[in-house]
Amino acid sequence: MNPSTLASPTLLSVDGLVGVVFLIMVAITIIGGLIACNSDRLVRSVAGLVVCFIGVAGLYFFLNSPFVAMMQILIYVGAVAVTISFAIMLAAPEENKKIGPPSILAGPLGFATAALITGGFTVLALKTEWHVYKKLNDGSMKTIGLQLLTDYSMVFEVVSIVLLIAILGALVIAREGRDN
Amino acid sequence: MSVLGIYNELNTYLVIGAVLFGMGIYGMVTRRTLIGMLIASELVLAGSSVNFMAFNRFTAPDPVTGQVFALFIMAIAAAEAAIGLSIIIAVYGHFKSIDAEDTAQLKG
Repeated sequence: MNPSTLASPTLLSVDGLVGVVFLIMVAITIIGGLIACNSDRLVRSVAGLVVCFIGVAGLYFFLNSPFVAMMQILIYVGAVAVTISFAIMLAAPEENKKIGPPSILAGPLGFATAALITGGFTVLALKTEWHVYKKLNDGSMKTIGLQLLTDYSMVFEVVSIVLLIAILGALVIAREGRDN
Repeated sequence: MSVLGIYNELNTYLVIGAVLFGMGIYGMVTRRTLIGMLIASELVLAGSSVNFMAFNRFTAPDPVTGQVFALFIMAIAAAEAAIGLSIIIAVYGHFKSIDAEDTAQLKG
C-alpha cells in the first residue's frame, strides 16, 4: 500500500520486530481457530476460541484501533466465552457419549466447502485493485465516541434495544421448564 | 516485500479473514452439537470483522465507520450468543441432548 514501507526491514530493526510480533499474532489466531473447530471436547473448543480472539485483538492493534481491540478482549474473551462455558457446564454432561458414528461424508465435504470459500475469497482479494481514498479524520477513540453519539446515534439506540430484548428473551426462554 | 513487512498490506488481512471464515464454515458443517455450531459461527463473525477493520484501515475515507461496524458486530454477536445458549439450555431440558440429529422435531 504505502511505498515508503516497501523496503524490506531487517530482523532486529523496529519494523522487523513489529513484523515478528505480527507473525506471532497471526499464528495465535490460526492455531486458536484450528483448535476451536477441530477438538473433540467442547471445553477445549471454547479455549481455542479464546486463543483465537486474543490473536484477532492483536490484529486489531495492528489495524490502528486499540479501542476495538480492547472491546474484543472485553466482550468476546470476557463475556461470550464465559457464557459459552456456562452453557457447556449446564447442558453437556455427556461429552464423550457419541450418539452413533458421525457421517463419513461430513469431514471431506466440510473441508471442501471451507477450502472453496477460502480460496474464492483469497483469489478475489488478491485480484481486485482496491482504491485508496484520502482519510477524513484520524479514527481515534475520541472521534469514535463523537461519531457514535452524533452520526450513528440512531444505530446505537437500536443496538441498545436489541441487546435489552436479547437479555429479556434469554431470561424468559431459559426459565421455561424450571418449575417442573 | 519481505515476510516481515506484510503487516502493512491489505491483502494479508483479507486472507486472514478468509481463513477464519473458512474455518468457521468447516466447523459449522462438521460439528454435531449445537454449541459447537455456535462456536463456529463466532469464528465466521470474527473473520468478517477482520475484513471490515482491514478495509477501514487501508481504503475507507472515514476510518471511524469500520470500527463502529465492528463494535455493532460484537453487540449482535453477544446478543446472538445469549439467545442461542438459552435456546440450547431449553432444548437440553426438553430432549436431554444437544446433538443436532436428535433434536429434529419442532413439536414441543
